[in-house]
Formats: sequence, structure tokens, C-alpha cells
Amino acid sequence: MTFNRRIFLGTAAATASLLAAPMVRAQGKPRVVVIGGGAGGATAARYIAKDSQGAIDVTLVEPTRTYYTCFFSNLYLGGFRDMGSLGHSYGTLAADYGINVIHDWAVGVDRDAKTVTLAGGSSLPYDRLILSPGIDFVDGAVEGWDVSAQNAMPHAYRGGSQTELLKAQVMAMPQGGTFAMVAPPNPYRCPPGPYERISMVAHTLREINPTAKILIADPKESFSKQPLFEEGWNDKYAGMIERIGPDFGGANVSVDPQAMTLTIDGDVNDVDVCNVIPAMKAGRIAEIAGITDGNWAPVNAADMSSKMDENIHVLGDAAAQGDMPKSGFSANSQAKVCANAVRGALTGSTVFPARFANTCWSLIDTDDGVKVGATYEATDEKIAKVDGFVSATGESDELRAATYQESIGWYDGIIADMFG
Amino acid sequence: MRRHLLLVAFLSAADGGFAEVGGDPERGEKVFGQCSSCHQVGQGAVDRIGPQLNHIFDRAAGAAEGFRYSAGFERAAAGGLVWTYDTLDRFIENPRTLVSNTRMSFRGISDQQDRDDVLAYLRQFSASPANIPEAAPTAAAVDHSVAPEVLAIVGDPAYGEYLSGECTSCHQASGVGGGIPSITNWPADDFVVAMHAYKDGVRAHPVMQMMAGRLSNEEIAALAAYFESIQ
Repeated sequence: MTFNRRIFLGTAAATASLLAAPMVRAQGKPRVVVIGGGAGGATAARYIAKDSQGAIDVTLVEPTRTYYTCFFSNLYLGGFRDMGSLGHSYGTLAADYGINVIHDWAVGVDRDAKTVTLAGGSSLPYDRLILSPGIDFVDGAVEGWDVSAQNAMPHAYRGGSQTELLKAQVMAMPQGGTFAMVAPPNPYRCPPGPYERISMVAHTLREINPTAKILIADPKESFSKQPLFEEGWNDKYAGMIERIGPDFGGANVSVDPQAMTLTIDGDVNDVDVCNVIPAMKAGRIAEIAGITDGNWAPVNAADMSSKMDENIHVLGDAAAQGDMPKSGFSANSQAKVCANAVRGALTGSTVFPARFANTCWSLIDTDDGVKVGATYEATDEKIAKVDGFVSATGESDELRAATYQESIGWYDGIIADMFG
Repeated sequence: MRRHLLLVAFLSAADGGFAEVGGDPERGEKVFGQCSSCHQVGQGAVDRIGPQLNHIFDRAAGAAEGFRYSAGFERAAAGGLVWTYDTLDRFIENPRTLVSNTRMSFRGISDQQDRDDVLAYLRQFSASPANIPEAAPTAAAVDHSVAPEVLAIVGDPAYGEYLSGECTSCHQASGVGGGIPSITNWPADDFVVAMHAYKDGVRAHPVMQMMAGRLSNEEIAALAAYFESIQ
């Protein structure tokens, strides 16, 4: 069959008409406000600005001036990255894409007036609002812990200072000491993240403190890439790591930050470092906007619009979208679907069918990388998984090294995709 | 129809006996042993008697920075010689037939399979040999073809630009390569052949098999049109 562009575009337009009815403003530029400058928000802002070529005013609200990626932060703990390499500015988005980058906190959303209020007092009108606020923690998820204790027992589940704190604590552990982790329940940001972290802490301890122990209290029966991690732990860090799952009380934990104890099913453990990763929920602004149902914000898979407000879209970790894991890659993928839909809705440009993908790399030891990934499609119900793969146990050293190199390439790629 | 039409395509003897596309890189590493006294390749490779051979594919002849070439090579470089699969094949068969007065006093590799193998080995150290119809693990594809009507599809670059969002989470649109190779500025036919090789499971990378697996022929053509067009 000879492909005919005209026929194809007609098909695409017909598809588009099912997805979004263009709503072009009668006068003036349409305005998009994006809250959160991570993998979802930065990507969405950049794609809308880039593809609309000035036809849409894009404002990005992000409190931090330097964004430290949470992805790859575990590699910092393992000594494979320095913190500077994880930090990125918004300068290119402002200078090259014309995005109005505002470093402030969004503290209110008036859905009727379609305005966002900032902590500094400003009010931003929008035609479409994109929320990509990442995660917050569920109050009381771990008995004895709240954010006031995060200096004693860091969560280190947002990139930046918490990660630096956790590494400093690991480096200061006494010889033969105990590193503990309270792993989160599902769903949470980056399903393999805690276990890659264990690998990276083990890597560091093997080098500087080989008699140290690692204790994991885990409320989950199983976890992402479990056979791969457990194979790696047995091979590379034999005897160092103990995981206590729910059958043995891993879901029944409390901590005492002052005493530096972790109690698992009544058994009190003295620890030297305690990494508490509590249960998570959508970033607070999603709750303030009134678009959450429980801990997360339900969305329509076709365009990532909120099920509670068609003028608000939710990306990344905060969204209850279906089968995709909460990952930077997922947020980046969702952002492109959203950007295409928002641009179509505001300018009448062609809206193509939603497509989603995710790949997630983890490092177990030096040059020992593994990965998992899947493709997804939008259904009426959710983002649904189509196909997937996962690295195999027993892979060659060469393949594992190549997988690690690939992950470095991915990091550079997604950073370029987010920040230009 | 381009010669890249078939992954197993090779030009006829009447066309000058260009190389058949295929090779075993592991065997090629052994064959490369006879070259290694003069050339290095891989991590940490440096110039010795001859230049290091990383990224040799698609490199203009005489372009290894810092290496002092012979006058013969400078002349060939000025004439526009570029290291493609075919030119490399001819060169290593008998260096002096391609570049007169080269200092490379090497008798050449007469066996076609040996040349295919060593080129497959060298290809592993080139990021984006765009002129090579590739297959897993390098250029060793057999029994795989892309139908002429598939290659004849005219892709829509606008749709390709949208679809490229699935690529640019990893591949940098700027063309910068690293652990993940560049895919910008590929000739469209090469792009199409490579993607179908993944789609059909001939090329082995699981991510690419997954990504290509759900692309229609029209979508692959659209991506090819877009990536060929961007600068």
C-alpha cells in the first residue's frame, strides 16, 4: 500500500476530533500554568511552548531554582554521581522557550475563576492548569515519624538536601553498624527506588564499612525487579542485607528518632541510620485544588485531564492514571500526551492519539545495571499496559555494563527533553 | 530502490563486489588481532602507528584529530572519502587499491567473511553508522527484508514529530549520543529498515523491540521522515 499523506491526516484529524474539541480563545493568547518543574511539569511546559511557537503563554511555577533529580540520586549514595551532576536550572526554558518561570509556591487554586494563588501573593489566571507536584507524605504513615524528624531519620525521597544528609549519615556510620530502611507501601514513587538504594548503600558500605549490616522493614509481599535485586545482593553483598517482609512483621513498624530505634513487630532494633520512606500521596496542591480522591488525583487517560475538572491536567507521581509506575520516565511520557492535547484544545492544532511508555534502569553494583519497561495505551478506564520486558537474572557482565551505560545515556536524554 | 532495501542485500559482483552485510563481531575481534599492532579500538584507544578506530563508521577519511596522515590519505580525504561499510570493506581488502601511497603497508584481508566479521567488530565502537543496514547484534542479519511497498510509504513528519516524543525521552534530539546512540539525520530508508528489524525481532534490544513493536508501518515512516528532517 502506498501511504497517502492526505488520507492519513484526515484520519488523524478524525481521531483528534474524538479526543478534544478545539476551544480557541476569541482574543488574546491562551494561558497555561504549570505547577511543578520536575519530569512532568518541565516537559509539559517545554513541549507546549516549543510546539505552539508563541501561540500560548506558558508559566511554570516551581519553588526551587535548581532542580535536583530524584532519579539517579541513589547513584550519588553509591558514589557514582556527584550532587552537582543531578542539579539543573530552568534558565534555558526561560531564555530559549519563552516560558515565564516563577520560583514560588502555589498555595491556592480557584477553579471557578481559573486562577492560581502564589505564596508571594500573586494570582495567575489560566485557561488550562497542569499540576505536576510530585509527592507528599501521608501523615502518621510510620508511627513515631513525621517531617520534624527527617533530619534524624531522613526520607531522602525527594532529590537534594535529604539525599546529601542520608549519604553523610552512611559515611559516618560506626564500623559494624546498622543501616535501616522502612520501605513504603504501594503505590509510591519509583517502585525499584528503595531497592536500588539498598544496593548503592551496600556498595558504599562494602568499601568503607564491610562489617556493617542493612535491615529492611518492608510492608510489601514483593517488589519491582525483586529476583534481580536479590540475585545481586546474594552475589555482591552476601550476608550484609536482611529484608523483613510482612509475614515477619515488616508492615508493623514504629521508630523512635531520638533513641534511634526501629521496632519491627515488637522487636526493638538499635540502628545507626534509619531511612524512613513513608506512604505517599499526591503533592499538596492537588488536594488544595480539590481534584484528589483519596491520596491521588484521578485522570482521564487520553489527555491526563482531571476527572473532576476538564481544565486541569495532572501528571506524574500525583496522578491516579492506571498501570504506569510512578517514575520520571512515566511523567515525561504523560507530559507529552498532555502537551499535545492542551495545545490542540487551546489552538485547534491536531491532537494525536495518546501513547505512553516507561523504562526504568537500576544499578546494583559497579557496571551492573538492570532495567524494566512497558508500553501503554489510553482506554476509557485507565492507562493500560500493552507490552513489557524485564532484564533476566544471570545476564552476562558485558550486558549489565552496557545496560548501565544505557542508563547514563537515558539520564542525559531525559534531562535534555525536560530542560532543553 | 536503495541498496538498503534488504538487510541481506548486497550489490552484485558486476557492481564492484561490495560487501555483503553481515558478520560475527566475536570472530571479528580475533580477526582484528592482525590489525592491533597498529590500530587500537574500544575504551581508552589511542593513536599508534595508525589512528584509533572508535567511531570509524561515517567518519570522513583522514579526520582522526591529532593523527598525522600520509599525503595519500590527505588527498583521499580532500576528495571526500568517507568511511562507510563499503569503503572500509574495500580498504581492508587491499588498502592501496583505495588510497594510493598510504603508509598502511598491510597486505589486506582477502576473505569476505573475515572482512565482514572484523567490520562487525569495529561497528560496535561506532555510535551511529547511518549508512549500514544493521541487525542484531551488529550487521549480522539474515532472512530479514523490508518490502518495497513499506519503504515506499511517505511518512508525515508532523505526526513523526509527535511520535518522536517516545524516542526523545532517551535519544537526544540534538544528535548528541552517549550510552544511547543518536538517531537524528538518519536517511529515512535506513531508519525504516532498522525499526522493522527491531519490530520483527531481528535486532535484539528489548526496549527498542518493545517500542517498535507497536508502531505501524505508517508510524515508522513518519518517524523516519521526522528524524531525517531535523537538524
